[in-house]
Amino acid sequence: MATIQFDNLGHSYHPHPSKPDDYALRRLSQEWEDGKAYALLGPSGCGKSTLLNIISGLLVPSEGRVLFDGLDVTRCTPEERNIAQVFQFPVIYDTMTVYENLAFPLRNRKVPAADVDRRVRQVAEALDLTADLKKRAQRLTPDAKQKISMGRGLVRSDVAAILFDEPLTVIDPHTKWILRRKLRQIHEEYRLTMIYVTHDQVEALTFADKVAVMYEGAMVQLGTPQELFENPQHTFVGYFIGSPGINLMPCTLGSDHALVEGIAIPLPERGVGGAVPTVGGRFELGIRPEFVELTRTGTSGAIPVQVVGVDDLGTSKLATLRMGNHTLKARLSEDQEIPALDAAIRFPTRWTKLYRDSHLVN
Amino acid sequence: MDKVQDNRAWFLIIPVFLIVAFSAVLPLMTVVNYSVQEIFGPGQTFFVGTEWFESVLADDRLHDALVRQIIYSLAVLAIEIPFGILIALGMPGGRSARTSLTLVLLALPLLIPFNVVGTIWQIFGRGDIGLLGATFRAIGIDYNYTNNSAHAWMTVLVMDVWHWTSLVALLCYAGLQSIPPAFYQAAKIDGASKWAVFRYIQLPKMRGVLIIAVLLRFMDSFMIYTEPFVLTGGGPGNSTTFLSQYLTQMAVGQFDIGRAAAFSIIYFLIVLLFSFVFYTIITKTGEGEKK
Repeated sequence: MATIQFDNLGHSYHPHPSKPDDYALRRLSQEWEDGKAYALLGPSGCGKSTLLNIISGLLVPSEGRVLFDGLDVTRCTPEERNIAQVFQFPVIYDTMTVYENLAFPLRNRKVPAADVDRRVRQVAEALDLTADLKKRAQRLTPDAKQKISMGRGLVRSDVAAILFDEPLTVIDPHTKWILRRKLRQIHEEYRLTMIYVTHDQVEALTFADKVAVMYEGAMVQLGTPQELFENPQHTFVGYFIGSPGINLMPCTLGSDHALVEGIAIPLPERGVGGAVPTVGGRFELGIRPEFVELTRTGTSGAIPVQVVGVDDLGTSKLATLRMGNHTLKARLSEDQEIPALDAAIRFPTRWTKLYRDSHLVN
Repeated sequence: MDKVQDNRAWFLIIPVFLIVAFSAVLPLMTVVNYSVQEIFGPGQTFFVGTEWFESVLADDRLHDALVRQIIYSLAVLAIEIPFGILIALGMPGGRSARTSLTLVLLALPLLIPFNVVGTIWQIFGRGDIGLLGATFRAIGIDYNYTNNSAHAWMTVLVMDVWHWTSLVALLCYAGLQSIPPAFYQAAKIDGASKWAVFRYIQLPKMRGVLIIAVLLRFMDSFMIYTEPFVLTGGGPGNSTTFLSQYLTQMAVGQFDIGRAAAFSIIYFLIVLLFSFVFYTIITKTGEGEKK
């Protein structure tokens, strides 16, 4: 178990990086707590695998340091760091049985045979592999092979952290769900530091205590699922987390309000107060579909909109609204009536976010 | 879409059929035909049944050649396979100039015609002008492949190793290159030693190409003819007379066609049998541990 710190960490695959785009991972300083489950979330090529490989020690960063419990491990091998990692595609030792596969990391570390046996059986039990222990690993299904890969990570009780690099890609959806819950259980039981890379927001949000959202090499937000949802620090977080993503409208700024096509929308107190320059930069107003209030024209502060369409999702309704030239989505409860002609919306100031050059202004 | 039934489609396979017939089936059947006849000249042939086979199987010189051949082929395999694997393991990976250079250097011996290889080594080993022979002589070893059978034997073996280890190395290299990097990373994380990486990742993943390498090297070395023919002519005595050399002496030297045909068929069956045994052993060792 270890606390993981990044100190001015950055990585570029270019020999002489000059501009920000040269970096696969942009400058980053952070501390990750011991015993928590973290998820690295982002689209392909956002730098999450680069960061993971730096944590595991398969890649030496071009800049900055990585510290485990305050110790500089930047140049240590995965073995010296005592890391376990599970890869995207199952890695198994073909010629060994399932038991031997699970025992391999322990036997390499000269763990006494009795302890090996106990740990292997424990992990096999947790992953439902007990019946297959005597079988040759090569003969198993991809699901089972990936479980073996995970098992080899979990079998070591003393690891600093277990890293998962999109481990459920090859698993069918149902088993995926079960395995994820299993991992979650194992995490809660042993309080291992787990880092889980994925591009699937559901996976990240259900697995992790804290989710780090990566975008174009930068970590745009690290927070609990709730924080990511309620207070996206970057427009990308708003767009990537949530389905559908946040509504965004370009705007200009007034004294205590934002102007979208001449319509004044009140901003939260802290959003103005003189600290924010009203010019310079590109401003956008964002609000999650869940927080858009649908009402009738005439209600105070309501802006008339046109209802373009309504999708009934079973548990909720999703209304598509037009306000001037902008299309907004609003998620409404099943029983809410949708006015056909005189619809209007309100933007609760608490949930109305102002972004300057994609970053939250607060 | 409906399937069209048209027997004229059979005409399409005529070219292949003819080529295979003339290149493989007819020559083979000719040999079978010869092997059961005594031939004195055109039109003067007599059916002799299995007589040739019986005499070939009882031939002491053939037994000697066969034993020599088996020892030779096993020696070739025992040296070239581990040596080839070692070279492949030591080769640089990735797409660099070094990789290309290594590949070209390794491929060079494979491009040299067999009789040229024989000639090269014949000169190389000469005590008066050859680099190898002269060097041996200079350090006081009385090396002479033309009248010392042990020396002749070693020279033929080393020549084969020089000529063909590259093939094994290149095949193994291809096998190693197909291993995804994640396997090495996982092994690193699992704390595997170099030996464990070789034993549990590289060797199992090379099994496919090793089957090919063993079969190719076995069959080729079992049929070796040109190089010893050029280098030693089968001598001194019969010490480097392998099966195909003996066969050629019989068929071309003594014009003993019936006997040589019977020999050919037995020879063919031996190669087939050995190849089958090797193939079975290697494929089975992979699966044997499964149950």
